[in-house]
Amino acid sequence: MTIRDRLSGNEAVAIAMKQINPDVMPAFPITPSTEIPQYFSQYVANGEVDTVFIPVESEHSAMSACIGSEGAGARTFTATSSCGLALMHEMLYVASSSRLPITLACVNRALTGPININNDHSDSMGSRDAGWIQIYSENNQEAYDNFIQAVRIAEHKDVMLPAMVCQDGFITSHAVENIELIEDEKVKAFVGEYEPEEFLLKSDSSIAIGPYDTANFYIEHKKQQAEAMVNVKAVALEVAAEFEKMTGRKYGLFETYKLEDADTALVIINSSAGTAKDAIDTLRAEGKKVGLLKIRLFRPFPKEEIAEALKHVKAIAVMDKCEGFSAAGGPLFAEVRSALYDLNEKPMTVNYIYGLGGRDVKTTDIESVYSDLDVIVESGKAGDTYRYLGVRE
Amino acid sequence: MSKLTEIRWHGRGGQGAKTASLLLADAAFNTGQYVQGFPEYGPERMGAPITAYNRISDTKIRVHSNIYEPDFVVVVDETLLASIDVTAGLKESGAIIINTPKSPDEVRKYLKGYKGSVCTIDAATVSEKTLGKNFPNTPMLGAVVKVSGVMDEVQFIEDMKASFAHKFATKPQVIEGNVAALKMAMQEVKGI
Amino acid sequence: MKNKAGQLITPEISWKEITPGGTVYEGGSAHHFKTGDWRTMVPTYKPENCKQCLLCAPVCPDSSIPVQDGKRLDFDFDHCKGCGICFKVCPFGAIDFAKEEK
Repeated sequence: MTIRDRLSGNEAVAIAMKQINPDVMPAFPITPSTEIPQYFSQYVANGEVDTVFIPVESEHSAMSACIGSEGAGARTFTATSSCGLALMHEMLYVASSSRLPITLACVNRALTGPININNDHSDSMGSRDAGWIQIYSENNQEAYDNFIQAVRIAEHKDVMLPAMVCQDGFITSHAVENIELIEDEKVKAFVGEYEPEEFLLKSDSSIAIGPYDTANFYIEHKKQQAEAMVNVKAVALEVAAEFEKMTGRKYGLFETYKLEDADTALVIINSSAGTAKDAIDTLRAEGKKVGLLKIRLFRPFPKEEIAEALKHVKAIAVMDKCEGFSAAGGPLFAEVRSALYDLNEKPMTVNYIYGLGGRDVKTTDIESVYSDLDVIVESGKAGDTYRYLGVRE
Repeated sequence: MSKLTEIRWHGRGGQGAKTASLLLADAAFNTGQYVQGFPEYGPERMGAPITAYNRISDTKIRVHSNIYEPDFVVVVDETLLASIDVTAGLKESGAIIINTPKSPDEVRKYLKGYKGSVCTIDAATVSEKTLGKNFPNTPMLGAVVKVSGVMDEVQFIEDMKASFAHKFATKPQVIEGNVAALKMAMQEVKGI
Repeated sequence: MKNKAGQLITPEISWKEITPGGTVYEGGSAHHFKTGDWRTMVPTYKPENCKQCLLCAPVCPDSSIPVQDGKRLDFDFDHCKGCGICFKVCPFGAIDFAKEEK
């Protein structure tokens, strides 16, 4: 029996963490992820989990403590946002290159400046090349489901990489919505125990982690780490299939909505995908063939599968809730366009930077993008590919 | 076609408009509906105007934007009428519910020609009489349920009894007062 | 130093065989790395002057003065870098220190 509840996205993730009952949780509070360690420290105080909660003095220290404890053989979680993730940046690389499957709840918030506490994806996009698995979530349900699956994916022996599970700050982290929870014992059985082959506190052997690597070996280690990321796709699908058996909820590398026969489509991340689905239903009722592809795994980036899913579309708008300051478009745009390059018949593709710093994204905003795409299809010309949505001129 | 009701709350930081929106989401959830309850966040300061939202639907809610054309608007603090355009986008088929001792006719002049229903509830007095203190949230919740009809009133009272029993497990003496506040507000709200 | 399959890690090792994350699976692996050829100056042990006071052994930064049964032995020239600290600390002139002839 599923448990029907209504929870904010932050509470949903905190409950997933409680159900898994990790060994260690080092965390430093930062808006809008603060509630996650706040709820979790209550579970610790109430004896609902036997996790060691480490209140640290900064996010750099939080990630450092995660590295130490995961290396010691302890399943370790943390949560952060925005400049907190930025302050972890150095240590994110240490975690991934040391092959430590830490799981991090990232509640997406803009990076300063000007100072802003609201949602966009500049924090996790800034960490996209740090060697972490990145999984994105449209709503509280996906944040909960993805967190549970991420632990399994990260700790898989073919992977052994850290994972961050992202959701939109405030928009889903602080919105109370319906959710279906899984029973504690089922979550525990699904995730299982963390049993690394080697760890620092193993009593019958001694190891050292995080050594200096000379030029003779560094690139071999990087190739090996990169190969582990290649393995993530298969593992994520395997874990998703098992998760579907347990819950009936289906997950893939990405989600498509009315894409199969679409002439125009959006590629989009997190909560705005839900808003876009409503816009699609409105436009479909008017007879327009519109669809979307919602990114779930951004790292690794499933480029062949995405190209296959989009190859029949005439014009695509790639939606970046993050500037890349490449003067040529955002990070998702670069990835999607690169994925489409190998197709013989390439869809026309444009980029929209949108929703920065919490700028609200309405169904009518999304509808305006589809009508821009209609113009592109009709004229056969993509025009300026680097665009802004909803910015005042 | 799904039935979707959208509600916008206006209050001041610290008055509990956000909490009230979450309570309404709770109540609607308990009657088996799909709900959203969310505040519009900024740099929060005590006393600054804040906005919170509810969506209540019989089908899954996917949209994640603020609400621009609400069916109902709730004003927790009548002093906001002078500074905030509270009826912006409010559907004329809907209603505005204002916490004030004044009559609907008296407050209508602040509403920039809004032609829909204007309802008022003296939540402070209801709260004083039933709870002994000014906690406007519970009476406002009762008034919103009455005016909006988003859920069955009898079932609503029963669910709230259970919810209060859970919420106030350590101080059961306040449960009765809160239930009385809901019922009284549902009777006292004017302008329906 | 070896990987878990027992294969020696050399500059020829492939990315498939190298240890994940560079984890070192054995203790004392510094022993495998011969630093003796970094030396330009060399200490010489003169047992005839040595009182076995053992002031020299603990100050050696490279653990290159082996001690057995309470007595120091000759230098471990595979690892001695020729820093001269032992020469400085010896009160009895039992260690000479001079340019190494190679």
